[in-house]
Amino acid sequence: MLDEWQPTCSIDILRLRAQVFNDIRRFFSARAVLEVETPLLGYSGGTDPQLDFFTTDFCSPPLQHTLFLQTSPEFAMKRLLAAGSGSIYQIGKAFRNGESGRFHNPEFTLLEWYRVGFTLPQLMDEIAELMAVLFEGHRALRPTQRCSYQGIFQRYTGLNPLEFSYQDYCAYAQKNNMPEAVGICGTDHGLWLDFIFSHNVQPHLGENAVCMVYHYPACQSSLARINECNPLVTDRVEIFIDGIELGNGYYELLDAKEQGRRFDEEIAVRQQRKRPVTVKDKHLVAALEAGLPECSGMAIGLDRLLMLLTNSATINEVLNFPIHRA
Amino acid sequence: MASYSTNEFKAGLKVMLDNDPCAIIENEFVKPGKGQAFNRVKIRNLKTGRVIERTFKSGDSLEGADVVDVAMQYLYSDGEFRHFMVPDTFEQYQCDEKAIGDTSKWLKDQDSCTVTLWNDAPLAVSPPNFVELAIVETDPGIRGDTSGGGGKPAVLETGAVVRVPLFVQQGEVIKVDTRTGEYISRVKE
Repeated sequence: MLDEWQPTCSIDILRLRAQVFNDIRRFFSARAVLEVETPLLGYSGGTDPQLDFFTTDFCSPPLQHTLFLQTSPEFAMKRLLAAGSGSIYQIGKAFRNGESGRFHNPEFTLLEWYRVGFTLPQLMDEIAELMAVLFEGHRALRPTQRCSYQGIFQRYTGLNPLEFSYQDYCAYAQKNNMPEAVGICGTDHGLWLDFIFSHNVQPHLGENAVCMVYHYPACQSSLARINECNPLVTDRVEIFIDGIELGNGYYELLDAKEQGRRFDEEIAVRQQRKRPVTVKDKHLVAALEAGLPECSGMAIGLDRLLMLLTNSATINEVLNFPIHRA
Repeated sequence: MASYSTNEFKAGLKVMLDNDPCAIIENEFVKPGKGQAFNRVKIRNLKTGRVIERTFKSGDSLEGADVVDVAMQYLYSDGEFRHFMVPDTFEQYQCDEKAIGDTSKWLKDQDSCTVTLWNDAPLAVSPPNFVELAIVETDPGIRGDTSGGGGKPAVLETGAVVRVPLFVQQGEVIKVDTRTGEYISRVKE
């Protein structure tokens, strides 16, 4: 094509992106949250079995090291928190290999922030305030909704997400015209939840409103804390607008031993699924051993936020050079 | 036949699903931030024409289907089969009525059409987007009425019934859009 050199978004979108970045910086500056920048290249990647990495080689002859492009700035930011940074935020790029589609580009922009001393409900209040600031003047949203994962899952499917009943789940899949789910998910509870939630629950969430879903099932979370009162759920929140997943937050896990154990589990799952080998981030485990302050953290995909601000149908409409033109 | 991974599912790709040849219509990548990636695929069964939705785990693959569209000339019907020929090679194919389906009402001897072959056997026949056919039966219209409002049914030489304006007469040749079954214009011989 003749105009392949052109950006896929309009110049107006460039301006809007700049304005959103400004609004975010003003919002956190007024709350004395410090802006930080952490490395995109690191010696270890995450262990999340669902994520694939970009790797590259660091050449300093005679040595050569494999480096990973970061899938999120989470680990480095937690090391800053453990070192005493206080509340911090970052606007930066993250990289996830193989993710490309209407809502995905393998290189994308994240806003990630951590609030020292915040519980999950306090973090959710702040998310609502930030969303109100960012949407003002662009789109009038209805009041923010908050619902538990169990409540919303049960409402749209009639199934209990916290208790796995293979028979009930299979019957549901047959009845709802998705018999392939049985073959794909087998007896993997987490996979069943991913399948059913993304097909039949998520599309209903946050119709012209911010919808916050909290208390994810314990099998659905790697770095969130298990809830104090109910060990079946974690203190994890996800936000949705118009059925689009916009961000994810945790009341952060502090226990280094527990974190080390979850890393080992994930590495085992990766091996089982024959995914590329990764190593445990020993710096993060050491930082947790030194002591992470009580905190809550949240990550929001800013490209999707721009899509929602402008009612764009694809992520390409808000990126200047998506991967096929990069 | 090669197999194709979900990343290669583009509109138009022909694959085997449940032992039937199918064409991909739409492929959406669905990935919860902390969960399994899926591809939700809209797919047409080329045997039945039915469109279904099916979800795959990202990275899964399907066998390709040996399905090709070939331009052919419709020769004749022997009562049981319809016969087609590839103009360049004179190679002939016979098709049963099931493969022809609804297309039969637009097929006139010698006309060109597209025959979809699966493993070199006819799977479906599609007519050209526009055909020119003579009217064999319609009520006499009122001369001078060019308003086009209302209209009347007309039976064409292939058996199709099309709504035509009142001024169009029996014996005339008309142009029809086969995708909508709508009358387009009269054809001056």
